[in-house]
Amino acid sequence: MSKSYLANHVKELQPSGIRKFFDLASQMDNVISLGVGEPDFVTPWNVIEASYHSLEQGYTAYTANAGLIELREEISKYLRDTFSISYNPEDQILVTVGASQAIDLALRAIVNPGDEVIVVEPCFVSYSPAISLTGGVPVSVSATADNEFKITPEQIETAITPRTKAIVLCSPNNPTGSVLSREELYGIAQVVRKNDLIVLSDEIYAELAYDEAVTSIASVDGMKERTIVISGFSKSFAMTGWRLGYAAGPTAIMQAMTKIHQYTMMCAPTMAQHGALEALRHGNESVREMKTSYRQRRNFVVKALNEMGLSCHLPGGAFYVFPSIKETGYSSEEFAQKLLEEERVAVVPGQVFGESGEGYIRCSYATSIKQLDESMKRMRRFVKHNSEI
Amino acid sequence: MEQKEIELLKLLEKNGRMDNDTISKMLDVAPVEVEEMIKQLEKEHAILGYSTLVDWSNVYEYEGVAALIDVKVTPVRGVGFDKIASRIYRFPEVKAVYLMSGAYDLSVSVEGKTMMEVSRFVSDKLSTLDTVLSTTTHFILKKYKHDGIIFDEGDDDDKRIMVTP
Ligand SMILES: Cc1ncc(COP(=O)(O)O)c(C=O)c1O
Repeated sequence: MSKSYLANHVKELQPSGIRKFFDLASQMDNVISLGVGEPDFVTPWNVIEASYHSLEQGYTAYTANAGLIELREEISKYLRDTFSISYNPEDQILVTVGASQAIDLALRAIVNPGDEVIVVEPCFVSYSPAISLTGGVPVSVSATADNEFKITPEQIETAITPRTKAIVLCSPNNPTGSVLSREELYGIAQVVRKNDLIVLSDEIYAELAYDEAVTSIASVDGMKERTIVISGFSKSFAMTGWRLGYAAGPTAIMQAMTKIHQYTMMCAPTMAQHGALEALRHGNESVREMKTSYRQRRNFVVKALNEMGLSCHLPGGAFYVFPSIKETGYSSEEFAQKLLEEERVAVVPGQVFGESGEGYIRCSYATSIKQLDESMKRMRRFVKHNSEI
Repeated sequence: MEQKEIELLKLLEKNGRMDNDTISKMLDVAPVEVEEMIKQLEKEHAILGYSTLVDWSNVYEYEGVAALIDVKVTPVRGVGFDKIASRIYRFPEVKAVYLMSGAYDLSVSVEGKTMMEVSRFVSDKLSTLDTVLSTTTHFILKKYKHDGIIFDEGDDDDKRIMVTP
């Protein structure tokens, strides 16, 4: 076959480094995986029940393109109660197939070929490829450990060019767990307003903040009209397989996103939307319980890692820790590979999330305390053994 | 009560064998403090004991049956139901006794080696107590969930794939 049938922009996409570790880990037995970026809880039973019930009642057809109006109203209420921002459920909220689709739609709605979009690395693996697929150019800015993996306004300023259209922010962050405080967001907002940018604010981990409540950048003065809030049900309600998320933002952008959604997806799954409705109405208690458990496990893992000599800051949210492995002399990839081979513990090498992740690994603590305890014992043995060489 | 104490109780309620070092890391308090908190909670009778939940149906060749018995009694002036309850809960066959609202007064959980043994306990010991008016015995056929723990073998299967974004 001499001719390639693939479109260039797809050929140029790099396969995800996550995939490689999945392939490696899944060939081995007795692996404890700290590589899983999703809750270890099952979806709260009342949510599952509500979804069953909706099927029994015959809700098996399409919903409105933008999603069930009751669900959009509930999302609007949630955003108002939690972040003090009000969105009109009629035309400022869109229910999507996971936060993933919301990210894709937001980028497609605003990026022209050649436009630059700033991403703050280390970050979720999909941002840059999703930008490239629109013909846009991802521009990385590195958040570093010295600043607890937070971006400064100055760093953003230096990355801005006349072609910069938007910036993607994620707080609490995957993979670092960092949370941007209200003051830090004020600083960032100033630069964004001055340079007339749009913010894609990925707030999917907002409910999972352990020390202080999360601020949405959309609630900062003058930011609502230039922010697309992206969120969903996957993480806080343990609903990753349900594929349900949403976006909220200025009417014109949301209408554009809805238009694309209408032609490419029609609507999000109906039974999942009924589950989500129940989650927002009656899921608070479950979220609170899961959060307590994540916080306890975060404390445990951070202490254990620091004790074994892998320095690790205390992340404020999400369910990841991002310890340094620089002391061992290995690259992240070598460390992760050897740890998997020698001790059967799967972690994700930091550089998968961008160059500034080199020298770190992502460990998810969304795993039982028993497994965490055992994995920390194995890692301690590994680190000790490998630092003697 | 302090938030940390409630968290501690919840952890121990789920797993009474969790070691103090793990608890201390999880709750972010010093190990000696964990020890003190536990001692204090024991003293206050918030912690009454540490037990193990056994699924006897998974124990090879173990024989045993359990029953729930609804008991109607005549309350005694001045002491209400407490006196009769205490006469009942002292029998070693009796695992739990609750005062109930509704159609009967006491719910008594009983365990024995065979159905005959449980039946004998009811007919010879329980129903002959002078304030007991009637008993209705329900044998337990299968345990699905007990004290918040599901008895199904595959329940804690992790259905997630190894590495995800
Ligand atoms: C930061 C971030 N955004 C979005 C997503 C995608 O979420 P969803 O399952 O709703 O598509 C993830 C999932 O890992 C994530 O970590």
